[in-house]
Amino acid sequence: MNAKTADKIATGVIYAISGIVALILIAMLAFILVRGVPHLSWHFLTSPAKAFEAGGGIGIQLFNSFYLLILAMIISFPIALGAAIYLNEYARKGKFTTIVRTAIEILSSLPSVVVGLFGFLLFVVKFHFGFSILSGAVALTLFNLPLLTRSIETSLAQIPNLQREAGSALGLSRWETVIHVILPAAVPSIVTGVVLSAGRVFGEAAALIYTAGQSAPALNFADWNPFNISSPLNPMRPAETLAVHIWKINSEGIMPDVSAVSAGASAVLIIVVLLFNFSARKIGARLHQKLTSA
Amino acid sequence: MANNIDLKPVSEFISENAPERFIYDMPAEKHEVAISTKNLQVFYGDNLALSEGDLSFERYKITSLIGASGSGKSTFLRSLNRMNDGVATVKGNIMYRGVDINTKAIDVYEMRRHIGMVFQRPNPFAKSIYNNITFALTQRGVTKKQELDEIVETSLRQAALWDEVKDELNKSALALSGGQAQRLVIARALALKPDILLLDEPSSALDPISSAQVEDTLLELKNKYTIIIVTHNMQQAARISDYTAFFHMGKVIEYDLTRKIFTRPKVALTNDYISGNFG
Ligand SMILES: Nc1ncnc2c1ncn2[C@@H]1O[C@H](COP(=O)(O)OP(=O)(O)OP(=O)(O)O)[C@@H](O)[C@H]1O
Ligand SMILES: [Mg+2]
Repeated sequence: MNAKTADKIATGVIYAISGIVALILIAMLAFILVRGVPHLSWHFLTSPAKAFEAGGGIGIQLFNSFYLLILAMIISFPIALGAAIYLNEYARKGKFTTIVRTAIEILSSLPSVVVGLFGFLLFVVKFHFGFSILSGAVALTLFNLPLLTRSIETSLAQIPNLQREAGSALGLSRWETVIHVILPAAVPSIVTGVVLSAGRVFGEAAALIYTAGQSAPALNFADWNPFNISSPLNPMRPAETLAVHIWKINSEGIMPDVSAVSAGASAVLIIVVLLFNFSARKIGARLHQKLTSA
Repeated sequence: MANNIDLKPVSEFISENAPERFIYDMPAEKHEVAISTKNLQVFYGDNLALSEGDLSFERYKITSLIGASGSGKSTFLRSLNRMNDGVATVKGNIMYRGVDINTKAIDVYEMRRHIGMVFQRPNPFAKSIYNNITFALTQRGVTKKQELDEIVETSLRQAALWDEVKDELNKSALALSGGQAQRLVIARALALKPDILLLDEPSSALDPISSAQVEDTLLELKNKYTIIIVTHNMQQAARISDYTAFFHMGKVIEYDLTRKIFTRPKVALTNDYISGNFG
């Protein structure tokens, strides 16, 4: 067999494998969407769930998912950014850096259900936060932090050292260089990383079951005072998210239209996650283009 | 004003008792010295990469540093404005305006505004052409629009880039060609009005035309700046520089007027190198 044939066969095999992977993905998505999309309606997306009768929606769960996502991002982004800047721009090789890196690695490989249980024991029980948005947001932060730190660190590491040298040769301090040169240049890829991680956080269920809880009490969307118990913004209320809702109704749902609700909710979840994924690259590319052209 | 040196192999080099090194000792009463080094030693870890390089650089002249790859040219150059801080250990004195700048007490950020540097690969910031030039200035409190505009124009003119970019100052600098980017980087360094400009192979990544433009730029700048340039290009060294230092294995072997180095070197090793026998 000559090199050319070998090359052809190898290419063929690689194409076939990639094709199979793509096919599985498409089949899965198609299955969920085809089953779920027919059940979607404005009513379904906005009205509260019903436990015993048909016709319930996922409005509150959807809101909870976004609210938790935003809170988790607000908490985890600054920490991840700081940690990434430290690790990539300041840390020298040494014991401390090695420990931090190992910690991040271990944290990122923890199964999310373990993160959830930890959050339950520490925040829900020990700190008396109860099943609440707050407990959920902190658990999500623990879940998100290591991955986000890594992704921001990678974004910073992609900025060539020439840029740092340019900064110091102009008499700029390292901090000035990082803030005004390195970070702006890394923004497109940082944003991509953040949006991708948002997609991951949005779909997370296991970390939330025992922290944000499995109930979605009725909310009064006219009341935006975070101290009122029925206010959507109240951080101390239990908040079942969309992903948790899907898990829950599939294991113990008793409403007559349970399969329709589950299919519809899954479709919504998938669509939102896909939107995050597609827009991540789009936004990143757009920002990059803005940075490098006119 | 360019030198007119014919780069022929120096065949009549026969001197039996040629010295092993020759360092031109610049008499202070005849030449104004911009910067000089004494007992300079540079270590990467335990590895001595540069030693025995006592050089004085004359003000408003161009000095070339030549030598084979790994001979220590960049190491030497980067030591002059302390770009080796944190990378290498630099021992010895670097005298600038009567002060040893190789000491802890020196504010390196301030010092580097007097001793600017341009690197081999063009490294503009991911900012507009205009902001590339003004950024370091605004960080130091120059904020008047009119003043900044003036500085931008002057430095771009000095770097011979003004005519090409004057209508698109708000364009991203990353959209410039390699040669334009390198001249922008030179303009950016000039905007700080440095005394001394250090350049490490500034045109080696450029095509011949851009490279010639950068050379012309340097010759123009000579009236106002002291320039020290590392180059692998003998023709370039001969064309633009007044003095040349030849580095070999971490030592300065010969330092003299360019004219002398390229026509009548005193050390046999220098002769071998410039006539292409090694390197
Ligand atoms: N960052 C570094 N860490 C360790 N050793 C280094 C470092 N930079 C340079 N060296 C070593 O120091 C010596 C001199 O290198 P230097 O870069 O100064 O040479 P050069 O004359 O500039 O070569 P070139 O013409 O290839 O740029 C070489 O042996 C090189 O391996
Ligand atoms: Mg070099």
